[in-house]
Amino acid sequence: MANKLLEVKNLKQHFGTSSNPIKAVDGITFDVFEGETLGLVGESGCGKSTTGRSIIRLYDITDGQVIFKGKDIHASKSRQELKEFNREMQMIFQDPYASLNPRMTAGEIIAEGFDIHGLYKNKKERRDHIGDLLEAVGLNREHANRYAHEFSGGQRQRIGIARALSLNPSFIIADEPISALDVSIQAQVVNLLKKLQKERNLTYLFIAHDLSMVKYISDRIAVMYRGRIVELGEADEIYNNPIHPYTKSLLSAVPLPDPLTERKRTRIQYSHEETTEEIKVHEVLPNHFVYGSDNQIKKWFK
Amino acid sequence: MSKKLLEVNDLKINFKTYAGIVQAVRGVSFELYEGETLAIVGESGSGKSVTSNSIMKLIPQPPGIYAGGEILFDGRDLVPLSEKEMAKVRGNDIAMIFQDPMTALNPTMRVGRQITEVILKHNKNVSNAEAKDRAIKLLDLVGIPMPEKRFRQYPHEFSGGMRQRVVIAIALAADPKLLIADEPTTALDVTIQAQILELMKDIQKKSNTSIIFITHDLGVVANVADRVAVMYAGQIVEYGTVNDIFYNPRHPYTWGLLGSMPDLKNNVKEELRTIPGSPPDLIHPPKGDAFAARNEFAMAIDYEQEPPMFKISDTHYAKTWLLHPDAPEVPIPDAVQQRIDGYLKEAEENGK
Ligand SMILES: Nc1ncnc2c1ncn2[C@@H]1O[C@H](COP(=O)(O)OP(=O)(O)OP(=O)(O)O)[C@@H](O)[C@H]1O
Ligand SMILES: Nc1ncnc2c1ncn2[C@@H]1O[C@H](COP(=O)(O)OP(=O)(O)OP(=O)(O)O)[C@@H](O)[C@H]1O
Ligand SMILES: [Mg+2]
Ligand SMILES: [Mg+2]
Repeated sequence: MANKLLEVKNLKQHFGTSSNPIKAVDGITFDVFEGETLGLVGESGCGKSTTGRSIIRLYDITDGQVIFKGKDIHASKSRQELKEFNREMQMIFQDPYASLNPRMTAGEIIAEGFDIHGLYKNKKERRDHIGDLLEAVGLNREHANRYAHEFSGGQRQRIGIARALSLNPSFIIADEPISALDVSIQAQVVNLLKKLQKERNLTYLFIAHDLSMVKYISDRIAVMYRGRIVELGEADEIYNNPIHPYTKSLLSAVPLPDPLTERKRTRIQYSHEETTEEIKVHEVLPNHFVYGSDNQIKKWFK
Repeated sequence: MSKKLLEVNDLKINFKTYAGIVQAVRGVSFELYEGETLAIVGESGSGKSVTSNSIMKLIPQPPGIYAGGEILFDGRDLVPLSEKEMAKVRGNDIAMIFQDPMTALNPTMRVGRQITEVILKHNKNVSNAEAKDRAIKLLDLVGIPMPEKRFRQYPHEFSGGMRQRVVIAIALAADPKLLIADEPTTALDVTIQAQILELMKDIQKKSNTSIIFITHDLGVVANVADRVAVMYAGQIVEYGTVNDIFYNPRHPYTWGLLGSMPDLKNNVKEELRTIPGSPPDLIHPPKGDAFAARNEFAMAIDYEQEPPMFKISDTHYAKTWLLHPDAPEVPIPDAVQQRIDGYLKEAEENGK
């Protein structure tokens, strides 16, 4: 089995006031292994982005631990160590239009991190490296001098990816990186992410609500519901053998490009059952985890 | 056979810009029957929104120009209608749902009132109390919990998905004959999307509404459409029943679209197909077939002459020289054919 690159332990991220908290993420635990893609899915507002943002330290977490390469990210750290985390972990954002400054050239956007980390002081070295990154994401070296607004949506998302790669990270959080793109461009970006993963041994946390792309790109999938991970397992296993009723409901809602199936589709409604029993994670099958009480698991897993 | 509600003939829409005249819609023809759903698919910029906005006469003029063609709604051409006459059609007969719900909602008006206004406008003999009852029923119908309470709230107090459902409730309040939905579910998560699609189908069954549904999600198309128009560079390049398009696609652009979706069912993990290159400049549309430069099967004639719509069957047409009797036999790419075979085999097994 591959090494654990990231361990998230009982992570909580609450917003609002202590008397009226919004429990965006409410005690989640999972590992991400080196070189894999972990997909994170769930309905809007369930806490997917908050999970990503907490991991990358955009927030001070409410509780729990995030351990990256054996070190606790949120424990107080020297500036040097923080810088190192910032280099190793990068994020790609959902909206390729909003996340790039239109008044900067592609080259400037990609090289922003170099200065912060004091890399490539030599001009030629710097230019070469920008060119290499542009080529790695399927653009041309000449694109370095063009402004962000001169690129199409798919090209902008590539610039976002080149920026994320610029500091040679090992871990990338991709928060809905393709939702804003149209299908044929989605395919280009997904193929690119897979290719880069192979070439650079990257590890991804891939956040999305489009289950078909998530299943295609992920090795394992975590299903989130109201701030908790309710099911986690191998992508095929989650798709073919879902146990938690929320996962079943979610899968039953994904439309397939197959009219004969669609005409017969019946959606499974999910109604959340509260329970007073102790709720915990059960490994129902090897590497297939479901969150529930003993009785619930018995009922769901027949 | 049901009645023809809409007939669009050789519609051309241009935009005047500094750089030149953009030919956004270049001779589009289709028809729509009562109670039927037509899905329009195609990549960004192919003219889906301009086509549907033009039916509502929502193309700003200038810079927009209705450069040719007719839009026959219930037999009457909408193109020459005055803004005043068109306003009547818009309220009563045709309603539209846009992708971004905030553009359709008034942020300073309570949600309930935005719905009752439409109901009152369209039904002269409905009392305020009746309108309120109906509005609350509609909110309930689109899946808004506690509709009585929500009735009194403002749009900003709703989540994105709930706002979109309010927009749908408003569109339905007019009880239109034609509902145009431009990417109505793209911003929503799958569960809410499924709920809204079910709702639209329910209402269609009850009121025999015709629907034009624009989306680039082919799963959604398979779910809602009776017929499908595939657009490329301002033209319809393939047109047929939903089964024609998904199980017997004939245009290479349609092959590209179908191949770029991951195949969840058949568990294929190979690279997704992509359509190389980028769409043509609509200020100077290329000579010949606009798709030629991106078509791996392009022939010499594709760069010379625009192909006509070839008839494949009574329901199925495609605009590609590959269908000419003298063209070489080009089979559907393997990856696409395999998944079609997978779907059909499964359907057959389930049918037994
Ligand atoms: N900075 C914040 N302050 C207060 N509440 C927040 C903040 N960020 C997120 N939330 C709330 O936390 C919950 C989870 O939000 P989050 O953005 O993580 O959802 P998500 O799963 O990414 O949803 P989507 O699919 O819509 O992007 C939501 O109820 C949201 O309103
Ligand atoms: N007001 C305008 N002025 C100039 N060009 C315009 C205008 N509106 C649309 N266009 C052009 O018309 C073409 C068709 O645009 P349209 O919005 O119909 O595309 P679409 O198929 O709906 O794409 P998307 O999937 O991105 O919504 C595009 O090339 C667009 O740039
Ligand atoms: Mg999010
Ligand atoms: Mg559009």
